[in-house]
Order: sequence, then C-alpha cells, then structure tokens
Amino acid sequence: MTEQAQKYVGGGVPRKEDPALVTGKATWTDNIKLPGMLHFALLRSPMAHAKITNIDASEALAMPGVQAVYTAEDINNDMAAGLPCAWLVTEDMKSPVHQPLAKDEVKHLGDAVAVVVADDRYVAKDALEYIDVDYEELPVVTKMEDALKSDSPLVHEEFGTNECYTWPLATGDVDEAFKNAPVIVKERYIQQRLLPTAIECRAVVANPDPVNGGFTVYTATQIPHILKSVLAGICGVPEQKMRVVAPDVGGGFGSKLNIYAEEALAVVLARKLGVPVKWVEERSENYLATTHGRDQIQDLEIAATSEGKILGLKVKLLADMGAYLQIFTPGIPTFGGFMFPGVYDFENYSFECKGVFTNKTPTDAYRGAGRPEAAYGIERIMDSLAREVGVAPEEIRRRNFYEPFDEPTETPAGIQYDSFNLQGALDKVLELADYEGLRAEQKRRRDDNDPVQLGIGFSTYTEICGLAPSQVLAAVGLGGAGWEAATVRMLASGTVEVVTGTTPHGQGHVTSWSQIAADVLGVTPDDVEVLHGDTAISPLGRDTYGSRSLTVGGVAVHLAAGKVVEKAKKIAAHMLEAAEDDIEFENGTFSVAGSPDQNVSMATVAGEAFLGINLPEGMEPNLTEDSSFDPPNFTYPFGAHICVTEVDTETGFVKVRDYFAVDDCGPIINPIIADGQIHGGIAQGLAQAIYEEAIYDEDGNLVTGSMLDYLIPGAPEIPHFTLDRTITPSPSNPLGVKGIGEAGTIGSPPAAVNSVIDALSTHGVTHIDMPTSPMKVWTAIQNAKGERAGTRDADRSGRPAQATDNVDEKGSESL
Amino acid sequence: MRRIKVTVDGKTHEHEVEPRLLLIHYLREVLGIGGAHSGCDTSNCGACTILMNGESVKSCTVLAVQADGEDIMTVQGLAKNGEWHPVQTAFHEAHGLQCGYCTPGMIMATISLLKEKPNPSEEEIREGLEGNLCRCTGYENIVKAVKQAAGSPVS
Repeated sequence: MTEQAQKYVGGGVPRKEDPALVTGKATWTDNIKLPGMLHFALLRSPMAHAKITNIDASEALAMPGVQAVYTAEDINNDMAAGLPCAWLVTEDMKSPVHQPLAKDEVKHLGDAVAVVVADDRYVAKDALEYIDVDYEELPVVTKMEDALKSDSPLVHEEFGTNECYTWPLATGDVDEAFKNAPVIVKERYIQQRLLPTAIECRAVVANPDPVNGGFTVYTATQIPHILKSVLAGICGVPEQKMRVVAPDVGGGFGSKLNIYAEEALAVVLARKLGVPVKWVEERSENYLATTHGRDQIQDLEIAATSEGKILGLKVKLLADMGAYLQIFTPGIPTFGGFMFPGVYDFENYSFECKGVFTNKTPTDAYRGAGRPEAAYGIERIMDSLAREVGVAPEEIRRRNFYEPFDEPTETPAGIQYDSFNLQGALDKVLELADYEGLRAEQKRRRDDNDPVQLGIGFSTYTEICGLAPSQVLAAVGLGGAGWEAATVRMLASGTVEVVTGTTPHGQGHVTSWSQIAADVLGVTPDDVEVLHGDTAISPLGRDTYGSRSLTVGGVAVHLAAGKVVEKAKKIAAHMLEAAEDDIEFENGTFSVAGSPDQNVSMATVAGEAFLGINLPEGMEPNLTEDSSFDPPNFTYPFGAHICVTEVDTETGFVKVRDYFAVDDCGPIINPIIADGQIHGGIAQGLAQAIYEEAIYDEDGNLVTGSMLDYLIPGAPEIPHFTLDRTITPSPSNPLGVKGIGEAGTIGSPPAAVNSVIDALSTHGVTHIDMPTSPMKVWTAIQNAKGERAGTRDADRSGRPAQATDNVDEKGSESL
Repeated sequence: MRRIKVTVDGKTHEHEVEPRLLLIHYLREVLGIGGAHSGCDTSNCGACTILMNGESVKSCTVLAVQADGEDIMTVQGLAKNGEWHPVQTAFHEAHGLQCGYCTPGMIMATISLLKEKPNPSEEEIREGLEGNLCRCTGYENIVKAVKQAAGSPVS
C-alpha cells in the first residue's frame, strides 16, 4: 500500500458532527413525522409474575382516536419467529420463547401485554387505562441464589429450573496450585444491577413501502445492519425489502444494541394497518423495557506465594439473565470470563458461570459488557492480596505484570493479548498523580485523626476490544460475521465519499474516518463525507459496540482508501506516460520520481477515472474501492488509573477529589475525541462505583423506576480528570489502534472502591460493595469497629435484588 | 381546550391546546421544534431546558398553558444571521458534546448560568449545571466549554 505522512490523523480536528447538534437541527427518531402516521403505546404488566386470565379492550377500542388495540393473540402469529438470542454459550442453554407481547403469563414488571394504536400519543396513552387485564398472581423470584434452590418459583415452568446454563473454563491445574499455596484470599463481590440510561430514550418509526412491499424502519439503535437481517427474519419480510435507518442516536452504551419487541411490533403494526407507525419510549418505560446491565455475584479465590506472586485464580459467577434472553444476554458474563486474569502473568485459572433466570428485566450489554465486571473482580482481589502479604497495591501489581511484549501472548484464559506495557502506564500515572505527595497527605490526615480521610485507589486493567475475528466469534457461540466494511470513492470533483458500516451515536466517526481517509488520499477532512447508519446507503456493516468501530471499521476505511490510491497510481502513470513504479504520491499529487514537474493531482486522476476516456488498457472506470476487514485477533487496550477520594468517616460521604488515568489504546486518530471517550467512560464507572443501583423489592417491583430514584451523577459529583497516555501499537491491524470507548468504565470502578477502602484501612475496613453510598460506608466503619481489625471477610449480604442472606444486616440498607 | 399565545424564538404563535399539554410537547409536536428534547419526564435530566423570559426552565414540567403570554427561547433561536451564540461555539470548540442529546438543554442552562454568574468558578459551573445530566462526556469538556464561553482561562 502507498503510505504517506500523516497530516490529520493524530490531530485534534474539531468535530464535523457538531453543527447540527449545537443548533438543534439533528434528526432524532422522535423528530421524524410521516404523513398519516399513527402512534402506538404499550400496556405493561404491573406485576412481576402472573397469569393473564382475561384481557378486555372493548372500552379502549371505543375511544375516539383509537385505531386498534391488539394483544398477543393478534400479534404473535404475525411473527415468523420470536425475539432472538444470538449468543448460544452452551449447547444445552435454555432459551425461552420471547414474543413481542406476553400471551398467557407475564414474567417481569413491564412485560408488555397489549398495544394501542391511535391518532396521537396522548390518546394512545389514555386508552391504555381503559384496557382491563385480569391477572392471577404467581410467586416471584428476584434473587439469584433463591432462584437456584429446589423449591424456588420458576420463571419458566417448562424448563423445570431457573438455571439457564453453566459455562466452565479451566486452564492449568488450579487445584494443585491452590493445594500448597502459602497465601489464599477469598472474596465475594456484588456487581449491582444498573440502568444504562442513554439520555435519549428509545424510539421507532416503521414506514411501509408501497412500491416494493417492504418497510423502512427508523430506530434509535446502535445496530441498523444487524437489525435489518434479524427484523426481516423474525417479521417474515424478505431481507432485501427491509431498510433500517439509525438517524441521530442519543447515546447507547449497549442499551440500544438489541432487537427489541417495540421494533418488531412497529413492523407488524405498519403491515397490519398499512400506515407509518411510531413509538416513543418514556423514561419510566425505559427503565422497565430497555435492557439492564451487570447484576452478578462474584466469588473469587486467589492463590499466591508469600511474596504475592499469583499461583492461581478461581472465579465462580452467578449472572442474572432476568426473565428472558435478549440478543447477547447469556454471553455477557461468559465474555467477561476471558478477562478475570487481567494484566497478570500466571498459569492456573478456572472460571464457572451460571446464568440464572429471575422475574426481572433482562440484562444485556452495558458499556464494557462483562469486562468491567471482570476487571472489578481481579482488581479488588489484588488489593486484598496486597493487604494479605503486606505490600503496597502498586507493588503487588508490578510483581505480577507481564513483561512488556508486542506480539500476541497466551493468557491463562486461553486467549492472546496483543501488546502490553503495564509498567510504562503505571510509572506514568504514579508521576502524574504525584503519588508520593498523596501518600504524605494521607499520612498527615491519619496522624491528625482528620475525620475526612484520604483514599488512593489503583486499578491496572485491560479489556478485550475490536469485536471482530469472525472465526473466534463463531467459536464462542456468537455466530461469526465480525468483519466491518467500508467503501471509499473519489467523486468526479475530486471530493470523497466514505461509506462505513459502523453506526456512531456520539463517538465522532464522521470526523475520525474523515481524518483517516484524508491522510491516505491526500485531501482534507472537509473534502470527505462519511455516510453511515442507513442500510440503503451503507449496505454492509456490523455496527457499533464493543469498542470495535475504529479497530475494525476505521481500519476498513484506511484499507479501502489505500486501494483507491493504488488504482489512482496506475491511472496517473498512464496519464504521465511513466512506469507505475516510478510514480510517487504525496500531498494529493502523483509525480514521476526525479521529475516533480511531471505531476497530476488526485482530483484530476479522479476526474479521468470518472470520464473513462483515457485509462490504462482493460481498466474499469471510477475510483471506488471496498474493504471488508476481518482482523486476526482482538485488541487489548490497557491502562493504569488512580482514584483519589476523600471519605468522611463521620457521615460516610465519599467525594472523588481527583482522578488520574494513563490509558494505552495504541496510536490516536483524534486526541480530543479519544480523551472525551475516556472522560465519559470514567464517569460512567464512577457512577457504578459510588452512586447507581437498580433495586428490586421482593415482589419484583423496580424501586428505582425513574430518575427521581435512580441516582445518575451530575457535574458536581464527577471530578476533574487528569489524563495522559502511552502508545503501544496493536499487531492486530495496520493502524495499530486498539479502541477506547469502554476503557474508562472498566478501569474506574475498582480504582474508586479500592480508594474508599484505602481511606478507611486504618479503621479496619477491608470491604465495601458498590455503590459506596454514605450508609454503606458508615455501616462498614461501624462494623469494623466491632470486629477484629484487619478482617478480610467480605460482606456476603449483598443488595436486596442480588443476594440472599439479608439476615446479616451488614450492607443491606438502602441508599 | 384553551387558547394560548406564545412567542418562541422571536415568532409569536397562537394555538388551541389541551390544558394538560406539556410545553415540551407543544414545542416539539405543535411547533415542530425538534431541538428541544425530552429525556426523563421528571425534570431530572434537563434535556428539555429552555429559556422562559430569560430564565431556564424545564419544559417537561411546564404546561403549555403556563407559557401563555410568555417569551420562550430554544436552542434553535440562538444563532443570529447564521452566527452561533458564543455558548454554542464554545461547546463545539471544547468538545463539550458527544451524542448531542443533552446539548440543547446544556447550552440553554449555560446561558442562564452565565447571565447570573458571568465569571463562574469551576465549582460554580458544576453546581450551576447540576440539573442537567450528560451520560457521554463525564462533564469534563462541558465545564471547559462553559469556562471558555465565560471568557475564563481554560486549562
């Protein structure tokens, strides 16, 4: 490939996306209005588990403005198949039938039972009140450990169990490693359930196409391409007649990475009624009907030498599936199973995950998707190990890091990390944070018995990014098709269209892909238009999730642009009557080596390729090239974070004072955008660590059912971030890039909780579960006062929704 | 139904509306102002923030009839003769937005904040925007944008 100096890549090019967004001219799905469009609303179950004995919609149907009311009987037969789960983690995994509307039984609060179609959304909502549903209450199970007991109520009677699957992974001889280990540390951590909360709720518009009999679906989604294939399949529409458009999408974080009931319903309703239909989610509905994140009970055991060198790691997870399996539900925790060994070089590892059904909203991908859970587990227990062997947290990590490497290296989980230099990242973050100064301040406060203690918490993490290698995805039960596609075409005017299969919703692909293409083609980013998000414009794509867009899709843009230059070079040689090998390309100009006056611009070559009059013998006209990039391996960004907290020992209040992060995601395309991704990621991780928790009561009611009750941190709760980076290129792709969208969310929760515990270490506190609310922190301090100092017993009570033995009062209070 | 007369972005409108119609839905559905967003329905997230007589209000918890006779400004009315408002420019230049969904509300809240406190400290900026939630930026560059718009030195 022709390589030339990078002019725009690596620079902070201001975002091309912004003008529409700062002036209010963006096209959100809810902004789409089509002639004759009707609105639909869903009646959702007020119970977590009940039989539906009767539904009477006659009163609702009689209301002015109501066009139709449908229940499962009217809708589900219109489906060719139910809502799919695409991740078959084991062959005997139990996968329940999941239709857009519940038929005989509702299985979680918010399960939809009927749909009203009306002239406007107020009328549709009003009519919901006039549908009478008779429910016969069934026993509810919300806690995983209860759900696995033999006398538990069953979410799906037909399976005879609430266990969805058990997935094991083992390498080396773990039992042998533990048998003679001088040090063994055992912990239980609770990964509380989270509500992803993209600020734009979901919305969908389906428009029947009178010409080809198909449909155009506009939807607030991260995955228009996957949705096109799947919606066509489950709704019985020929794939080529289905078009899906993701207009401007207001955040996703994994919660818009799914095939939702409302999207299928929109197609079915548009087909039934022959008119466009629209559904817009409300926030309280979002909290019930959009997938949740996390929700695991993690049991970890680590064996080590007396110097703290890891000998083996055992991990057992219970992972809450909720009531149904959405597209990736069962695979999120098992994906995390590959990441518990973290950045540490050891050999013996065993992992077992049980997926469990409960009467709650299904879980699925949420920023990090399995990896924040894993990083949290290993990074928390590394601190416990440090305490046990009596070394500093940074030292225990250093003793176990891999030596830096730049070629794929086998891990205890049987995958291959691409390139690491944790030592470099740790050194840099220690300096960035003035670590010595922080420890000195901590000592001062301790010596002074300051009621507000200082905490310094570490995490050194890695993550698995760039979901791609099709063969690997197939091997883990995810079907394959992990490639990403791009088309780069020079137009007759010398400007450029880049078509990408990625689907940005805040990540700035339009700007970054412009930079990549501009550098290869010798044009400016303003000369490049990036087209995306509409399957009619960008027919091939695998969409945006798992920090894959740059590492797979951005690379595809780079490769396609390279192919354009190769072809253009042949045309230039022909035009200049020179040998192709003698042609040089720089700054958008082809010239003959040694005779710079003999030259022709890329724009002129593009014009010639378009006209097709004077091309080399046998060459086809036009400068347009495709790439479908399928890399050989994942990428593994890594980093070292330090979270500095001030913990008020009298009130339990935690303030994050500073946050220092050194992240390594390989070479940077746009530092402004990359830093922005890190900022947002860290904030979302701090949100889990300190503030957020979705709480269900015993009856399966979501107690945190609106933003009034679910604490999303605002600007006062989030600190200023101090960032730096190291650059270790990945051998997995020609740009060496690794991905950065989830790094902050993965690195920050353990750093924050380790920090809070560090602040309280002289009080004897060794464990607090997330979120570290004032009540939990205060309770931990009080409990530690009453126990022997230095205890390492984890709080096993967990939170109401996630664990069982609430008889132990520790940590069981609400916020 | 009640008749209301509202000035929005410099243009006066008269409509018969249901008394229960929320101002955000009046702006979006009746007037077609897609730049006013709804994010939570409980006045927590601030995506719907607009200015009413120069004061920031959350239009998801104001009824359209309460806006009768009032002067409303949305993000779509800020640019003058194609020139962006300095706060819009600052959000762009400081990368104070990612998905952009909270941005119109954030911009309107910032305008209101800077009117009250022309040179806010970082703490005052964070406190001043506590009613506006952003899930993408971690607020870092929003704070930077507000400082820039206020003409304060930006670190």
